[in-house]
Amino acid sequence: MNEEERLKVLEEKAAELRRLAEQDGLDLGAELAVLERKIAELRRKLYAELSPWARVQLARRPDRPSGLPFVQALCEAFFELRGDRVVGDDPALRGGLARLAGNRLVLLFHHRGSTPEEQRASRFGMASAQGYWKAKRLMEVAARLRLPLLTLINTPGAYPGVQAEAHNVAGAIAACIWAMLRHPAPTVAVILGEGGSGGAVALAAADRVLMLENATYSVISPEGAASILWKDAKVAPKAAEALRLTAHELYALGVVDEVIPEPMGGAHADFAATVEAVREAVLRHLGELSRLPLDELLRARYKRYRHVGAQGPGA
Amino acid sequence: MPIRKDKRERYVEVEVSGPREPLWVRCEACGELIFKRKLQENQYVCPRCGAYFFLSARERIAALTDPETFREFPPPQIPEDPLGFADQVPYRERLARARQETGLGEALVAGEARLAGYPLTLAVLDFRFIGGSMGVAVGEALYLAQAHAARARTPFVFVVSSGGARVQEGVLALLQMVKVVAGRELLAQEGVPYIAVLTYPSTGGVLASLGSLADVTLAEEGALIGFAGPRVIEQTTGERLPPGFQTARFALEHGLVDQVVPRAQLREELARLLRVLAEEP
Repeated sequence: MNEEERLKVLEEKAAELRRLAEQDGLDLGAELAVLERKIAELRRKLYAELSPWARVQLARRPDRPSGLPFVQALCEAFFELRGDRVVGDDPALRGGLARLAGNRLVLLFHHRGSTPEEQRASRFGMASAQGYWKAKRLMEVAARLRLPLLTLINTPGAYPGVQAEAHNVAGAIAACIWAMLRHPAPTVAVILGEGGSGGAVALAAADRVLMLENATYSVISPEGAASILWKDAKVAPKAAEALRLTAHELYALGVVDEVIPEPMGGAHADFAATVEAVREAVLRHLGELSRLPLDELLRARYKRYRHVGAQGPGA
Repeated sequence: MPIRKDKRERYVEVEVSGPREPLWVRCEACGELIFKRKLQENQYVCPRCGAYFFLSARERIAALTDPETFREFPPPQIPEDPLGFADQVPYRERLARARQETGLGEALVAGEARLAGYPLTLAVLDFRFIGGSMGVAVGEALYLAQAHAARARTPFVFVVSSGGARVQEGVLALLQMVKVVAGRELLAQEGVPYIAVLTYPSTGGVLASLGSLADVTLAEEGALIGFAGPRVIEQTTGERLPPGFQTARFALEHGLVDQVVPRAQLREELARLLRVLAEEP
């Protein structure tokens, strides 16, 4: 019996004890406490040792806290801004003006959707060219108003499509990176779920990059790497390991500033606690950044990205 | 000019007389037997059907710059294989093999040179080196080349031939997209012009960063320009790709580039451009 199965058995036993206690009025408190301690320990162990591939699965869960519901729970007020002013509006990459613990800021986030209709419309969070052109426009709004920028990332990647190419999705991503680098106010990026390639990095050239514990951030999906390098999509779990895409590994590589712990069982197990953990971390980093003079902030940001990869672990 | 296929046409060397270096090659696009020196003189464009073959970074530099003017920058000192990556082949072995096959240290060759007398800073990707992909060393070299151009106040010319970010370097490769844009900012701060030349192929993370941020963007005839490769688009979306999709012509028609230039005229066009762009006439 592996640990996951053992956990299941223990949980069933605990449920049975509770039922018995209720039905027969027996005092089983002591037994229950022992069992529950065992369960908690086993769970902690299980989730600490999750394989990168298991984390990929957690990061992709459709019930993972992210998107509009996350934003609405995170902020006191949110006013959505829509459209790229040229081609259209993209439901997969959204944004607007927000108030967070009293602070004004501009928020950008991927929206994967929870209903099948929403998921189809937003292509499971794959934004197209108009999404990234809109993001660039909102970054410019924030720059004009000297507002901090907060991005919440959860995307398999930018949408690969004929229209996306015709509307220059590559140029839009490049423009977002440049706008974030130049942004004349603090910038914080949080990877909530999947940080997929160019579609993620467009929103991640920030002063601080935070990741939820089971989020991933990768140059390519494990399936993509498996089929290109191993010529076999089935070895995706192996590719997930080789790519070093987990929060803890990226923290060790020095590209992520903080790993935000998730509730036991994963972020989806407790939406409110996840929002609260992200909120606390974001406010702390925004607070630190807002105390820096602008020239110092920009100098530190350029230095960070100018040296990325050129230094050893923990740089 | 034939409409480009999904896959690059190639030429094969043809043995005619024993074990000597082959003198002849055959164009895979039209079957023509071509004298190898003639192909070199024609900058690796088939003299019969006009198919474009890969040009190595060194041959590209020789074709674009005034003789004896190119001074190569020393390669950046970067720790290799930051992730200890291995797929079916260890990454270090792939690097060693690419070095042996190309005679290059990495996928980018950069330096300063003159073109029709105009000084410039030139960075050229070589597709034969792991698909011209951008890892930490390429990102670093692109940053340093732009820093040099900004300091020397010479126009920066970047010739793209790349499949994108280098998968074997993971997120560190992805983040080179940000590093090269940080370099691009140095040019902007000094008011130094940046010219991009997009060739076959200009895709992925290189296009979605520095490749798309030039003041002037030229597409070489025969280029493939796109964020996602044609096969990825077909497989992900099931969309049928329109004829001529992601060609230089497509890019021009959709407003993504300023000019489409045949390879044989690229040097001349750059000279014409520098005439209006260089600080000294």
